[in-house]
Amino acid sequence: MSVARFWRKQQNRYNLIGTHCTTCGKYFYPPRAFCPDCRRDGKIVEHQFKGTGKVVTYSIIRSSSGNFKLLTPYVLAIIELDEGSRLTSHIICEIDKVYIGMPVKRVFRKLGEEGSSGAIHYGTKFVPA
Amino acid sequence: MREVAVIGVGCTKFGEKWESSFRNLFVEAGALALEDANISGEQIDEIFVGNMSAGRFVEQEHIGALIADYAGLATNNIPATRVEAACASGGLSFKQAYTAVASGMSDIVVAAGVEKMTDVGTEVTTDVLAAAADREWEGIAGVTFPGLYAMIATDYMHRYGLTREQLAQVAVKNHENGAKNPNAQFQKPITLDTVLNSTLVADPLRLFDCSPVTDGAAAVILAPLDRAREFTDTPIKVLGAGQASSTIALHDRKDISTIDATVAAGNRAFKMAGVERKDIGFVEVHDCFTIAEICAIEDLGFCKKGEAGRLTEEGQTAIGGKIPINPSGGLKACGHPVGATGIKQVYETVKQLRGDAKGRQIDTEIGMTHNVGGTGATVVCHIFGRA
Amino acid sequence: MVGIISYGAYIPRYRIKVEEIARVWGANGTEISRGLGVYEKALPDMDEDTITISVEAARAAMARRKVDPVEIGAVYVGSESHPYAVKPTAVTVGEAIGATPVMTAADYEFACKAGTAAIQTSMGLVKSGMVTYSVAIGADVAQGEPGDALEYTAAAGGAAMIIGNKDPIAEINHTCSFTTDTPDFWRRENKPYPRHGGRFTGEPAYFKHVVGASKLMLEKMGTKPSDYTYAVFHQPNGKFPVQAASMLGFSMDQIKPGLAVTYLGNTYSGASMVGLSAVLDNAKPGDRIFMTSYGSGSGSDSFDITVTDVINSDLFNRDAAPTVSALLADKKLVDYAVYAKHKGKVVMME
Ligand SMILES: [Zn+2]
Repeated sequence: MSVARFWRKQQNRYNLIGTHCTTCGKYFYPPRAFCPDCRRDGKIVEHQFKGTGKVVTYSIIRSSSGNFKLLTPYVLAIIELDEGSRLTSHIICEIDKVYIGMPVKRVFRKLGEEGSSGAIHYGTKFVPA
Repeated sequence: MREVAVIGVGCTKFGEKWESSFRNLFVEAGALALEDANISGEQIDEIFVGNMSAGRFVEQEHIGALIADYAGLATNNIPATRVEAACASGGLSFKQAYTAVASGMSDIVVAAGVEKMTDVGTEVTTDVLAAAADREWEGIAGVTFPGLYAMIATDYMHRYGLTREQLAQVAVKNHENGAKNPNAQFQKPITLDTVLNSTLVADPLRLFDCSPVTDGAAAVILAPLDRAREFTDTPIKVLGAGQASSTIALHDRKDISTIDATVAAGNRAFKMAGVERKDIGFVEVHDCFTIAEICAIEDLGFCKKGEAGRLTEEGQTAIGGKIPINPSGGLKACGHPVGATGIKQVYETVKQLRGDAKGRQIDTEIGMTHNVGGTGATVVCHIFGRA
Repeated sequence: MVGIISYGAYIPRYRIKVEEIARVWGANGTEISRGLGVYEKALPDMDEDTITISVEAARAAMARRKVDPVEIGAVYVGSESHPYAVKPTAVTVGEAIGATPVMTAADYEFACKAGTAAIQTSMGLVKSGMVTYSVAIGADVAQGEPGDALEYTAAAGGAAMIIGNKDPIAEINHTCSFTTDTPDFWRRENKPYPRHGGRFTGEPAYFKHVVGASKLMLEKMGTKPSDYTYAVFHQPNGKFPVQAASMLGFSMDQIKPGLAVTYLGNTYSGASMVGLSAVLDNAKPGDRIFMTSYGSGSGSDSFDITVTDVINSDLFNRDAAPTVSALLADKKLVDYAVYAKHKGKVVMME
């Protein structure tokens, strides 16, 4: 991911900053600038998520590419944050420990890098809570 | 709207085609379709071509023009359009072609699909395919396509008690069908043990749960129904078309195990066709992974949620069963040249309805196709019948 | 008075036994462990580095106390393993704790004492009124060449101290330093591993500076070792700090609570600050802490610290972040092959 493209969403990735529709009360992480329920009636404000949630579903990735090659095998999961929004993340735990419903919390980790001389991407991943 | 029929079909053999370039693949399929329809290039009014990622697979964009040129039709200045919706590019190309003919805008239209995947290494392929998901919020988390479908499988198995064996049976059945399809990449039957003992790719999915990396192209020719008999004695009528979209990211779906765009696209196609599920003789579904076929059978309404595993296990989805699924061998055995798959489904359906599907023939008058982009962010369904 | 507003430590989960490293080099692990007073060392996960460790430590400090990030006017990170040669670690930390943009920031390097140098700078900024809070971090994913003596101890971890003068949990009564040009240990630009002067790192380097700074402090404050509840000395291994303590007249009881190195290894810039964190994990109001860091090259920073009532008040919640001993207890032992993979010694093609 190019420097500008990563930087644009850096605050969101570092601090789980998503959005919140004050019209219907829904929370969005990844952030949405437009509420899919309220559409033009939606009023969107920034929201910092607490960073806790639970595993909705998961897989153990045994074959990957690029930045994830060294991490293989790793746990990939869909997580539902306590505020109700869902996201996809690498979960850092033993591959045989993950289960549906497992409580998780955020941690700050390297997400990848543009090769050994390029920019390093940091952001949020999850560990068992 | 005018009624539309398919008057000619062509498909290359699918597989690792080291000798064939991107453009040769297309020309080969196109020529076969023209021959089948017994028409010449000058008679074609317009071309649509489904292609997911020539830009990254062969570093070529501007596919519409390239194809018109190498098909020898640039001299006619033919309109040529590339259609992209990840793995649903082919199905969507067909829908665009159908719309062009139905609207009266064009008469003789080619709907094609082509993908040349083996000119790059496996790692690049993995990465290109992952771009069908949300790059910004799924890709960066380390998703792979098998990984996304594996998460569907985990959720599905947890909720509906689908067994690993039932899932494996999807692959066994599709290989069985593929063995009778001369265009299939894999023409060898496999056993449950082959699937169950294959390498884990993304738990719970194993290598034999996944469709392979494939080169291939397919092309079909559409015409207004009232002109169809100028070209063929066995025109196949387009009864219904349905397209739907859903969230690009799997995590935003209300129900991980229900591809809601399949439900919507299927319903739209059925409504337009004015036929019932029981009228359908077979379906070519998008089995990029075994779990995808299980979900598709249910989401298209052929059984209740949670029952497709049992249906498969009982042989009801095999040729001769209650609702045969993927008589061609599906993506699993035919291979999955992403942009071509949707057109190959139409090719198989036309062959079946004409009674030309030697060795795997199903006796029916109505068939259906189901083509999925990404994890179900785009779905295109078509229903066909003998004219 | 200026002091520590909050603190937090972070230690990655992975450990390797000194014996396992010795096995690879055909050395006597038992003997080496005993000689060094180090039995295990922490290593980073593959997606951890000095930046992620610094952020986790800073967030632990923020979790223990409600500090408005907007009031953080400075972030300094001391390390000798900053992920970038040019581009500060401190800005990522600042952004990840919500302190940007109205703040100053810089990375420090002074071998193993860069973290305490950051504390001193922070004290200056707070005392002068330039900032309300300043975050001082010492963290490393320490490098040691395969097969070199350093490999047995070079570890990953770090600690963060929020420095300020509004109700500190511990007042810093005084700090002083002892610095000379002593070539006992260095790493040249573009080299992956440091080199060192072997036994030269002892007497003319570590001991001269640690003892030098400590004596300066005792003199300046008019105190004697027995006036302190705890003492923390830089801990490149388990032996040097014990020896320095005994040279100065501190007892084993005084240094033991802050001696994290035994099952952690040397976290370089993090070492004395993780030791201080371990002491603060158990400290009571009124406890007096003596700390002297050491950085090769060489210098030592001494601190005289008094724990206040605030540590037990509602303003501070020690349980909101894991203690050093809890971090040390949550571990996963790995073999040398996994260690090599984690430390980037397995080179992948780009
Ligand atoms: Zn809303």
